[in-house]
Amino acid sequence: MTLSSADYSAIWLTLKLASLTTVILLIIGTPIALWLSRTQSWLRGPVGAIVALPLVLPPTVIGFYLLLALGPNGWIGHFTQSLGLGTLTFSFAGLVIGSVLYSMPFVVQPLQNAFSAIGTRPLEVAATLRANPWDTFFSVIVPLARPGFITAAILGFAHTVGEFGVVLMIGGNIPDKTRVVSVQIYDHVEAMEYAQAHWLAGAMLVFSFAVLLALYSSRKTKAAWS
Amino acid sequence: MTMRASRFAPVCLFSVFAFGSAHANEVQVAVAANFTAPIQAIAADFEKDTGHKLVTSFGATGQFYTQIKNGAPFEVLLSADDTTPQKLETEGDTVKGSRFTYAIGTLALWSAKEGYVDAKGKVLSDNQYQHLSIANPKAAPYGLAATQVLAKQGLTDKVKGKIVEGQNITQAYQFVSTGNAELGFVALSQIYKDGKVTNGSAWIVPANLHDPIKQDAVILNKGKDNPAAQALVDYLKGPKAAAVIKSYGYQL
Repeated sequence: MTLSSADYSAIWLTLKLASLTTVILLIIGTPIALWLSRTQSWLRGPVGAIVALPLVLPPTVIGFYLLLALGPNGWIGHFTQSLGLGTLTFSFAGLVIGSVLYSMPFVVQPLQNAFSAIGTRPLEVAATLRANPWDTFFSVIVPLARPGFITAAILGFAHTVGEFGVVLMIGGNIPDKTRVVSVQIYDHVEAMEYAQAHWLAGAMLVFSFAVLLALYSSRKTKAAWS
Repeated sequence: MTMRASRFAPVCLFSVFAFGSAHANEVQVAVAANFTAPIQAIAADFEKDTGHKLVTSFGATGQFYTQIKNGAPFEVLLSADDTTPQKLETEGDTVKGSRFTYAIGTLALWSAKEGYVDAKGKVLSDNQYQHLSIANPKAAPYGLAATQVLAKQGLTDKVKGKIVEGQNITQAYQFVSTGNAELGFVALSQIYKDGKVTNGSAWIVPANLHDPIKQDAVILNKGKDNPAAQALVDYLKGPKAAAVIKSYGYQL
C-alpha cells in the first residue's frame, strides 16, 4: 500500500497553495512589518492585534466568516461578482485568500522582530549617505533582516501546509482545487482507510519535523535573528 | 516524596469526576448529524419522562466509528447507516441484540431560494447552477444516496465539476443555506418540520432512486451497565419518539 494518485494530487495542490501564499505574504507582509516596527502611531496596537488574531482564533471562526463574506450575499462576494469573477468559495483562489489571512502572523511577526532588531542607526547612516528609501530598503534593511525573511518564509509555508479548519469550511473538498493533504487525511480516516491515512499522516509528520529542525538548527548560529 | 504527592493529586481529582458521572444517570450518545434536530426534541421529553439525562455529540458516522474504536466514552450510537453498527457488532464493541432501526432517512434536493427547486427536481437535469452540494459519499450515507440518485438519472458525468462536498450532512446543508451552493442534497430532517419544508424550496427525492437510508442504533459496550442507555433505546422505540421522528420527515 502506497500513495494513490489522489494523494499525490493533494500533495501537489498543498505545495502550490503554500508556495503562492508565502510569496503573497512576503510581498504584503513586509511593508506591514516595516511599518509596525517603525511607527509611533496609535494605530500600531490595533494593527498589530489584527495581524496576530489568527494565532488565537480557532480556524472555524475565520472559516465561518470567510464562508459568509465570500458567498453570494457577503461583501467580498458582491465585489467579486461585480467584477464578473463569480464567488470564490470552493475555489483555489478562495483558499489562497483564506491562507493569506490565516498565516499572516507567522510571516509578519518574524519580519517585524528582524526589522526592530536593526534599530535606527543603520538607517540614519544610510540617510546621511543620501540613499533614497528604496535604496535603503534593498541595500540595508533586506540584507540585515535576511534571517528574519528566511524564518518568515519557512513558517508561513509550513503553517499553510498545516492548515485544515479554514480549508474544510470554505473548500468543498474538490479534487485538484481544494482537496489539500490535511483534508485528504481527514477523508481517509472518516472512510476508515487507515493505511492510506497513515502514509499521508506520516509524510506530514516527517515534513513538519524536518522544517522545524532546519529552522531551529539555523537559529542557534544566527543570534541576529532575535 | 512531594513530587509523588503532586502526581497523585490529579489522578484523585479525575477519579472523583468519573465517579460522579457514573452515579447520575447520564447517557452519552453519539448522534448522526442528520438527526440533530429530532434528538433535541426527543431529549426534552425523555429527560422529563424518565429522569435520565442525555449528553449528545453530533458528527459523521465514520468519525464516530474511529472514535469508538479508540475508546470514546459513548454508550449509545445513533448511526446514519446500518453498516457501521453492524460492523461494530461483529467486532464485539456492542451489546448483543441491542441493534435496531430507529429511522429511515429521506433525501431532499434543496435550495435556500424560494421557487428555485421545482416539485419534480427538474432543476437538477436543467444544469443551470454552479455548485451542487452533497455530503462526503465515502463517510456519509446521505452523500452516498445522493450519488446514487445522480447515477440513476444519468447525471454523474454532467455534474461532476459542480459537486462540492461537505464533510457531513450538516456542512452540506451549510453550503446551501449560506448561498455558496445554489443546490444541495440534504437530509429532509434538516429542512422539514410538521409536514412541510420550512424555508427555501425542495424536491423530496423518491425513495426508489437510492438504496434505503436505514439508520440503526446500538448500545455500545460502555453503556452495558447503564440503565439510562437501555431507557433511551426503549424510549426511541416508543410512540412518543416515533411521532417526533416522523414529524421530521423520516419513515419508520
